[in-house]
Amino acid sequence: VNSLFYNSSIKKQYLISVVTILTAVGLGFMLSGFVGYRVIAFVLLVTVSILALFFDILPVILAAVLSALLWDFLFIPPTFQFTVGTTEDRLLLLMYFIIALIHAVLTYKIRQVQKEVRKREERANTIKFYNTLLNSLSHELRTPITTIIGATDNLLNAEKLSDKDKSELLSEISVASVRLNQQVENLLSMSRLESGIFQIKKDWVDVRELVYTTLQRFEPALSNYRANVFIPENFPLFKLDFGLMEQVIHNLISNAIQHTAEGTDIIIKAECIEERLLITVSDSGKGFPQDEISRVFDKFYRVQGSRPGGTGLGLSIVRGFVEAHNGSVTLHNLPLRGAMFSIEIPTEVSYINRLKNE
Amino acid sequence: MSSASILIIDDEVQIRKLLTITLQSYDFKVQEAVTAKEGLTAAANHPPDLVLLDLGLPDENGHDVLRHLREWYTSPIIILSVQSSEEDIVKALDNGATDYLVKPFRTGELMARIRSALRKTIFDENNPLGEFKDLTIDFVARVVKKDNVNIKLTATEYSLLALMMKNEGKVLTHQYLLNQVWGPSYRDESQYLRVFVAQLRKKIETNPNRPVHIVTESGVGYRFVGSTI
Repeated sequence: VNSLFYNSSIKKQYLISVVTILTAVGLGFMLSGFVGYRVIAFVLLVTVSILALFFDILPVILAAVLSALLWDFLFIPPTFQFTVGTTEDRLLLLMYFIIALIHAVLTYKIRQVQKEVRKREERANTIKFYNTLLNSLSHELRTPITTIIGATDNLLNAEKLSDKDKSELLSEISVASVRLNQQVENLLSMSRLESGIFQIKKDWVDVRELVYTTLQRFEPALSNYRANVFIPENFPLFKLDFGLMEQVIHNLISNAIQHTAEGTDIIIKAECIEERLLITVSDSGKGFPQDEISRVFDKFYRVQGSRPGGTGLGLSIVRGFVEAHNGSVTLHNLPLRGAMFSIEIPTEVSYINRLKNE
Repeated sequence: MSSASILIIDDEVQIRKLLTITLQSYDFKVQEAVTAKEGLTAAANHPPDLVLLDLGLPDENGHDVLRHLREWYTSPIIILSVQSSEEDIVKALDNGATDYLVKPFRTGELMARIRSALRKTIFDENNPLGEFKDLTIDFVARVVKKDNVNIKLTATEYSLLALMMKNEGKVLTHQYLLNQVWGPSYRDESQYLRVFVAQLRKKIETNPNRPVHIVTESGVGYRFVGSTI
């Protein structure tokens, strides 16, 4: 498809080149009463140069050849034949031709060089990006691994340890492996999203069930917060991918827990506006720096000076999974304090639960 | 139940070792197999009381192994699977797997799955009663009580709940529940299931938003939990 598009755009370039030259020649024809044919050569040369700025080399060469021939045929005396009267004019035609060609080739070359430079810059940026990523990722993965290796080594020399030490080391291992599992899960989700083979499987979802199932997975960490859920009675069913939406809400709550103080509010709200599902998750933290809001959903992006922990993948997975539902997710700071993530998904709605069954 | 024999079919030596040590500490007899071929032979030579089958074996697709086993083996088979493969899990359950565990799993989860898989159906004509913490059911009188108080259930609600209670501790897929309670033509009408599960939770759970009896297995189905898992 790509090459087809490219071909058609090349064809278009040829067409535009010919039309432009014909127009310029027509203009020259109208001017021929007022100016000499040598000035018209300059008008044509400028036209070819302008084409060279935008187009590929072959359409420009066509424009150069065509304009030279037309100039010769229509303007150089004797007009309306290709023969050229004087040696001076022959030399002029030759020079016209050479200058037009040089323009075409030079502009083409300059653009090639620019492209090369841009590519090199992009590559350098990518390398820089992946280095940052590798640093943060290897930190996030190595910390729990180090804990696990160190603690097990200690436990293998168990004679020296008190029972209290042993159980402390064991619980360190447990915490570290849960953390490691979380990171791996995020990485897997990300690669699933980027693999292209990722498929969304929609089925009827009870949003209340979705939200509360997700919340239950956060016990006991969430009990340190005031988590409030607002979902209207008789809320309809929506066609969603349960597993993906579970992870979306999980990541938003996990983000709130990581970055806001214990004892504060976390509010989850769901609404149905026409055929769209609206879910908001808000916290009472200090909000996001205004100039970084647009970037928080970027892969591996981490807010400046934020607490260590986390790979910068959570929110980009949120965006990826919501967009897989053709939905959108936005973030804004609340007027008093805290931030609110809003998810909006257009989807089929079923009010079957409002009917009296049986 | 103890000294029941369990066959582990998994190519990862670490997983086999972990499972063997854990199961032996709960007094199970353990056989290990590394490949599908080895597993099928072991199961034929010394039929175990339960099989733990990894879906990702090197020599044969786990679903095929499951199908081969099910041609003659009727005891429980629990599938070991990796994350984000609900479709695989549902397919395995449709093909006769008794239950599933997602790696990484907790030992408590493992033991709960094995226990409920090994439990023969407790309910027969001689024992028409079931007791699950605060809930009791009388399968003959078709009566469900919570804290000794009758719960009013519609006929469909009762069929759904009774089916789940009969399979206490086991995961039941959405399709299975729809097929059994509503009939084959409702297999894809999952909205009915959602609505009735929500209604049932309102009636039988102390806090319907934190259900302890009807547990959601995301993307797969529901599990009725009678006692603590």
